[in-house]
Amino acid sequence: MQVESLSRALAEHPFVAGLGEPEVSFLAGCTKNQRFGAGEYLFKEGSPADTLFLLRDGRVALESHVPGRGNVKLETLAAGDLLGWSALFDPHSFHLDGRALEATLTFAVDARCLREKMQSDTAFGYALTRRLLYHVHRRLERARLQQLDVYRAGL
Amino acid sequence: MLEFERDPWRVESLRVTRVTRETEDTFTIELDAKPRAGFVFQPGQFNMLYAFGVGESAISIAGSADEPERLVHTVRAVGAVTNALAKAKQGERIGVRGPFGHGFPIAEARGKDLLLIAGGIGLAPLRPVILYAIQHRPEFRSVTLIYGARSPKDLLYPRELLSWASRLRLETTVDRAEDDWFGHTGVVTKFIEGALQNPESTVAMMCGPEVMMRFAARELTTLGVPEKSIFVSTERNMKCGVGLCGHCQLGPFLLCRDGPTFSYDRIGPLLSIREL
Repeated sequence: MQVESLSRALAEHPFVAGLGEPEVSFLAGCTKNQRFGAGEYLFKEGSPADTLFLLRDGRVALESHVPGRGNVKLETLAAGDLLGWSALFDPHSFHLDGRALEATLTFAVDARCLREKMQSDTAFGYALTRRLLYHVHRRLERARLQQLDVYRAGL
Repeated sequence: MLEFERDPWRVESLRVTRVTRETEDTFTIELDAKPRAGFVFQPGQFNMLYAFGVGESAISIAGSADEPERLVHTVRAVGAVTNALAKAKQGERIGVRGPFGHGFPIAEARGKDLLLIAGGIGLAPLRPVILYAIQHRPEFRSVTLIYGARSPKDLLYPRELLSWASRLRLETTVDRAEDDWFGHTGVVTKFIEGALQNPESTVAMMCGPEVMMRFAARELTTLGVPEKSIFVSTERNMKCGVGLCGHCQLGPFLLCRDGPTFSYDRIGPLLSIREL
């Protein structure tokens, strides 16, 4: 019953929307709801990346600690986004900090479970890879614009 | 028609009533326009501001079109003229020619979703549109402002932003932030998809660095906003303000005369030609 309700909620997340019912059900089997309070870390740089997070509500900052500057925010993410991609790639270790800026609700997907399914069911793996690639593409575009530093005086 | 409007070369000397520092290099200057019976303009138009003895600079009007007796400009001090303007004090006078150019076509947004996207100092030319939209809110189905700046200390009009947040949908974001910032970090394009409810009946108005506008326009059109419903405020080296000197030419257009606001279907293709 609980898994059914999780499946329904998960199916509405933009990363999942449009997947077939069996795929969503499978994904739900690897997923749990996880809440974070304001200021709490979803993950820290260097820690094992064992979870892919799909944000349902709240906001999370991707940060990197820079000596002398403290935690530098690279981007904030909100409902509909996903983070923790490192969980899908070797060496399965987070490259950044993910910190909740306010009360945040996530779908926390067990990355080992997901990786195994993607490996054994190539159609499922392809569908998810395409969706992941879309998010990577969008974030890369934003990172490029951010890197251009367009608001700097004299530009 | 006022005599001033018939002669675009006539410089009106107006008294500075207030100077407000907005950021480290940006300030807002208010001028008393009562002596010329108010200053009628369209949101998006600009004036040539004259620092006597130094020169002129094209500056967008940043005040409310509903308050013609107060003429407001927000200026970034980056050159000789704007640095001289930055030194103006209350009671001193500066010269004004204008208003020039075509403003944002607010009438086209009536009954539709109005999406405003501003970057950096680009919030200033959009401020009259924002003030109009707040004052005449029922004219629009929805009003959203996405505003991006380099860092939290570079945000213009911080007090007004707080007040606007309760009167329209506001997403404020910065490119760079550290621990003491709890707002959004990232570029303005991140917020466009979430702001669009009816892309085909959305009118978008933008002002900011050209690169930002190109990225934002691409996002808008990808999501279904017609190019003819996207309006951008352009900037080149404006000198005369009336299309005579040619300094602000961009392809077939003289931006001071034909712009500075254009629909993206007219100006978009030119913005990506590197030789222009």
